[in-house]
Amino acid sequence: MADNDQPAEGPVPTVYQEVQRTPEFQELRRRLRSFVFPMSAAFLLWYLLYVLLASFAPAFMATKLWGNINIGLVIGLLQFVSTFAITTVYVRYANRRLDPSAERLRVMIEEGEA
Amino acid sequence: MDLLAQGAAPASVGNPLLNIGIFAVFVVVTLVVVFRASHTTGTASDYYAAGRSFTGPQNGIAISGDYLSAASFLGIAGAIAVNGYDGFLYSIGFLVAWLVALLLVAELLRNTGRYTMGDVLSFRMRQRPVRAAAATSTLVVSFFYLLAQMAGAGALIALLLKIPNSNTLGQGLVIAAVGILMITYVLVGGMKGTTWVQIIKAALLLVGSALITVWVLALFGFSLSALLGQAVSANPVLETAGGQPKQLGEKLLGPGLQYGATLTAKIDFISLSLALVLGTAGLPHILMRFYTVPSAKEARRSVVWAIWLIGIFYLFTLVLGYGAAALVPGGATTIANAPGRTNSAAPLLAFELGGEVLLGFISAVAFATILAVVAGLTITASASFAHDVYANVIKSGEVPPDAEVRVARITAVVIGVIAIAAGILARNQNIAFLVALAFAVAASANLPTILYSLFWKRFNTTGALWSIYGGLASCVLLIIFSPAVSGSPTAMVRDVDFHVFPLANPGLVSIPLSFLLGVVGTYVGGRQPVVEAKFAEMEVRSLTGAGSEKPIVH
Repeated sequence: MADNDQPAEGPVPTVYQEVQRTPEFQELRRRLRSFVFPMSAAFLLWYLLYVLLASFAPAFMATKLWGNINIGLVIGLLQFVSTFAITTVYVRYANRRLDPSAERLRVMIEEGEA
Repeated sequence: MDLLAQGAAPASVGNPLLNIGIFAVFVVVTLVVVFRASHTTGTASDYYAAGRSFTGPQNGIAISGDYLSAASFLGIAGAIAVNGYDGFLYSIGFLVAWLVALLLVAELLRNTGRYTMGDVLSFRMRQRPVRAAAATSTLVVSFFYLLAQMAGAGALIALLLKIPNSNTLGQGLVIAAVGILMITYVLVGGMKGTTWVQIIKAALLLVGSALITVWVLALFGFSLSALLGQAVSANPVLETAGGQPKQLGEKLLGPGLQYGATLTAKIDFISLSLALVLGTAGLPHILMRFYTVPSAKEARRSVVWAIWLIGIFYLFTLVLGYGAAALVPGGATTIANAPGRTNSAAPLLAFELGGEVLLGFISAVAFATILAVVAGLTITASASFAHDVYANVIKSGEVPPDAEVRVARITAVVIGVIAIAAGILARNQNIAFLVALAFAVAASANLPTILYSLFWKRFNTTGALWSIYGGLASCVLLIIFSPAVSGSPTAMVRDVDFHVFPLANPGLVSIPLSFLLGVVGTYVGGRQPVVEAKFAEMEVRSLTGAGSEKPIVH
């Protein structure tokens, strides 16, 4: 329990403010936000589109493509595919573009504190 | 989510003794594991967060164990068997929701909190009011979710142990036995023991459903199209005891059977979808699982494992549901009229394929599912009460850790007893809406404050309190005045009609309202100066993991 989570107590460790101002931290934050915000908007819109199609265009969704497989089933399965794909892409992005920088900053702070 | 449908006469399938026998094996194995885990449950970090010693993959399997409740397993397979495509819509919402957890919540939360959501909020806000608010919404969500799980046990007992709903004593004893087992897991094993129970249960559930899925597909030459064709031709019409016959056939393959009747039903479905997709990342028993791993990177790996396992499981339910409609003699009509109603789809399919033994296995998995999910909820609720309310609100943080853990254990027993009592009392009630309500409250009361707190610098105590209490109150009020409680054929109260809100799911109103209240409250309380240093600390820690709790090595 190295740290205390109570706001009102203790002197403020300025090391966090210093790190917050470094270009490396600013870049790390920009990289995280520029990935997760647009991606969240995209998958939520794609899901909303699916829900709206299922609610208001059932005849379109029931259109048969081959055998008994219809458009609704294919779009539904595509929701699974897009979820798995976004997961994989994010993990690769985080491993390459976020983790090394986060790790460097963490070591810097924890050695600075000690 | 039709977990509490009432049974008629017990179906003549399966052997109750065999079902109990296989479940007893599960209980013995998990008890051994829990007792072995018990010598490391001394500290608060051990009891609440398993000493942060689980790996990402282990925690990911445990998350899927926590998440795939009886509602997912029995409810969705049954909904697909009877309502076709509309059942599938549910599972997609439950899966896509995990992207919110992966991208926006899991890692940042792991880095800034210790055990509860209250930890994250109180990081840079006034501790006592926000902790009290976070604990209130945690306890409400946990209680609704718990009640739905325990009440579902009644339907399951009628189906699998052939104890009819009229036999209050018999069902009551089984519910009490399940509740006492659950309390034992939580008290003896703490978070570590509970996590192992989740892992074992998730493995059994995934193996069992994979087996049935492959079996069903093999019968149709691995052609999904042929399986769908058989489901269509075997179910021209659905006949239920009290209702009008419903045309099925080709309609099983497209959307609209359950939600497409009226414009209100369609909007209700959109409301439900919103609550599902935004509620998951606000469910307290899911949030707490992120603290059982040593780092943010492991939290990320947990969610990735959970997404794959949950996604694959929901693909199985597609085959399970249509398979039950195609292969169970009498199809959807038999399923809808069996004890436990639509929940009986997967068990009846298991019996059709593998006889008493496979049914016994699936029954045991279903009981294990209720047991494990209830244990996860109980430990979360007890942690929230002991850590947020007792230690930090009542005692202002001046409590020795072992006293806090003692309070958590006592709370777990109290919650367990309440769950048993509620399970027995709610047995014959239609409370299916409670799961949807739990998701709606999680999405309205928890998610907006978590997101604002992590990403918005100006967000302050007033905003958090407005958002949590506003989201919570609007959800509960809208539900009370909704057709789920009065004024519809499936309502909880049937004699009077006081419904004024047209939707059974409050999410479409309460979620945007709560996001809005967070903004309005923040500006109303705007005179509170932003504590720059605290925000810097939170932001830097959330992104880098500096200063976050490390695993305990025993």
